[in-house]
Amino acid sequence: MPEQSAGALVDAIPRPPRIGSSKRPAGTLYRGREGMWSWVLHRITGVAIFFFLLVHILDTALVRISPEAYNAVIGTYKTPIMGLGEIALVAAIGLHALNGIRIILIDFWSVGTRHQKLMFWIAIGLWVVLLIGFIPRQLVHIFGGGA
Amino acid sequence: MSTIEAPRTPVAAPRNKRGINWEKWGWIYMRASGVVLVVLIFGHLFVNVFAGEGVKAIDFAFVAGKWADPFWVAWDTLLLWLALIHGSNGMRTIINDYAGAGLVRRILLISLATSTAVLLVLGTLVIYTLDPCPAGTAANLLPSFCPVK
Repeated sequence: MPEQSAGALVDAIPRPPRIGSSKRPAGTLYRGREGMWSWVLHRITGVAIFFFLLVHILDTALVRISPEAYNAVIGTYKTPIMGLGEIALVAAIGLHALNGIRIILIDFWSVGTRHQKLMFWIAIGLWVVLLIGFIPRQLVHIFGGGA
Repeated sequence: MSTIEAPRTPVAAPRNKRGINWEKWGWIYMRASGVVLVVLIFGHLFVNVFAGEGVKAIDFAFVAGKWADPFWVAWDTLLLWLALIHGSNGMRTIINDYAGAGLVRRILLISLATSTAVLLVLGTLVIYTLDPCPAGTAANLLPSFCPVK
């Protein structure tokens, strides 16, 4: 009977376990840990820095137009919102630089791969130290008196 | 054991066994320029946004004053070329990863190459052709070494 064979076929297909169940296979989605997230952060910060660099070359090129034109545009970099943006920029560059050094050590240091996870957390630690050094000073520059 | 096809199989050009391995040199460039850029960028950030009054001290006189010194001319030229080529090679990698093999990928890669070339030429010309004391500008906007007119 066709109905019977069809029914048997449906029974043969295992029901997918409930989402969130520990029995659910991970499938083909890669779920890395520090290694994956450092890669994701490296891409995101890299793209952000690239687009800043495009704008930064163009804004600096205004010195060739006139001193007034350059001063007017660079003046917008001194506002509080852009001052916070500069903190984000330094944070992105710091993370990309420190993780970049980690990547170089993984590639060229004989035991680099073995210590990649530790080096990720060292990079994060150094990054926090960098920001602790920069953020208060930048806030004084931006929100402090003068200019 | 089943074989998994190599990454980017539909896109990758047939490997050129002879001649220059550009992908290898690109890989090496990212690491070599990266090390130098750590020094150049943190030096740039220290002088421009950390030391003294920080970003509020930056104006035409600040930039023209810096480029009166061959040291900073060399620093900024190196920074421009190493950083933009590093960034644009990174963007090339990302385009190759995410864009398909079709027209969109070609348009993205051509736009990237064009904008990179234009900005390298523009930036270099700006550094080397800047007149630090343009005529008809108020003296308070100019570096202190400009002759008083």
